[in-house]
Amino acid sequence: MGRFVLPLGLLVLWWAATASGAVKSYQLAGPRDVVRELGDLAQSGVLWHDLGASVTRVACGFAIAFALALLLGSIVGGSRRAERALDPTLQAVRAVPSLAWVPLILLWLGIGETAKITLVAIGAFFPIYVALVAGIRGVDRKLVEVGTSFGLSRFALVSRVLVPATLPQLLVGARIGLTQAWLFVVAAELLAATSGLGFLLTDGQQTARTDEILVAILLFAACGKLSESAMRALERRLVGWTDTVPV
Amino acid sequence: MSRQPTANEAARIRRLRKSFGSHLVFDALDLDVARGERVAILGVSGCGKSTLLRCIAGLERPDDGTIVTAGEIGIVFQEPRLFPWLDVRRNVAFAARNDAERARVDNVLALVGMLHVGDRLPKALSGGMAQRVALARSLVRDPALLLLDEPFAALDALRRIELRAAVREILEFTRAAAILVTHDVDDALALADRVIVLAGSPAEIVFSGTVGENATRTAVLAALGVSDQGLHARRASAS
Repeated sequence: MGRFVLPLGLLVLWWAATASGAVKSYQLAGPRDVVRELGDLAQSGVLWHDLGASVTRVACGFAIAFALALLLGSIVGGSRRAERALDPTLQAVRAVPSLAWVPLILLWLGIGETAKITLVAIGAFFPIYVALVAGIRGVDRKLVEVGTSFGLSRFALVSRVLVPATLPQLLVGARIGLTQAWLFVVAAELLAATSGLGFLLTDGQQTARTDEILVAILLFAACGKLSESAMRALERRLVGWTDTVPV
Repeated sequence: MSRQPTANEAARIRRLRKSFGSHLVFDALDLDVARGERVAILGVSGCGKSTLLRCIAGLERPDDGTIVTAGEIGIVFQEPRLFPWLDVRRNVAFAARNDAERARVDNVLALVGMLHVGDRLPKALSGGMAQRVALARSLVRDPALLLLDEPFAALDALRRIELRAAVREILEFTRAAAILVTHDVDDALALADRVIVLAGSPAEIVFSGTVGENATRTAVLAALGVSDQGLHARRASAS
């Protein structure tokens, strides 16, 4: 019950401030306008088009980041020599705030889908990569030894001990990576786009339509929350065996 | 020397040499374990008794010497070392390589009294229960030699006595040979046919005796360099 008090309070405050005229609609649209705008955008199909564009970018960028992180993380986590060769460079790249790559990406890849998906992938890559390397490094040597004592082959050791032991960390990394992906799709679409929720934001700004801006913000919130919940559900399902306090 | 064990041998160790860096743990250690024989290895911490067990299990590579063992080896560590993502039954089945061994899973679980928790995850087990499951896992391949590395060390006194009795019954039932590494004289005397004491650097067998004959509590403690006489008795004998 208590969890609803603050959001409902804010909603009432928002409604009162806009309906009374204390806040003008070009500064902040009221709840009713936002709901109406949401309905209009949904009916005209613009909403689904933009939502679809953003979701596709996030999905593609995240998938690329996940695959790359899985590959590089496994190599670096699995071999000290590979770690010495690759990790310092990757950490240096990681130290650059990811948005600083934007100008280069735009110069190299233009303003098309490739640039946007690349930016999303850069944002999502590092949390997954870092978590996977830490996960592999953190595998209990004693469990590996049990596998060795039963004469498991190297492949069996990886598939039956290392992969399941690393999975919890990997999933946490993937959850954070997905959140990052949403963050970066906003940045990408704010810069240059003709579709997507970020485009809805800039369009609303240029036409002084605060209701449109708020619709985009609400949709971003819903998408972020939804993907976060989906990842948590996946974690509960796949690694419910962990003996830790759920975060 | 034959690489094959004879019909009566469970393990034959000859001139075992093992070092970690400059520290020589063993230099030419010999040990024989007969089929079905239960040998307890005692020694102070760090004397190399666990290293010996790990060499036999193939977890450490000896520098030199030969280790010949008969049939399968099962090993139980100080901690249960169950895979947290597998339920009890799957943990035990982890060691199974074929249908015959998989068919033994429920039998060995029943043997250690843990069949009723077959569907539980390790996190839902107490320390004593988890160690019983680990024991069941070591039995799946019907080992001819069971290696027990301080298997009761992490348990409280009552669980320790219970599990000791269970291990005793299981060893009698399976007729497997066993090497028990422990620092507890009572564990050794309760479970073993023969007690050996390792000491020195590099470690050597400084005592070997048969339980019920020359391996008495006093004799074993003396070999470990401990007196079981009270301070008063020692003073009395000194004066």
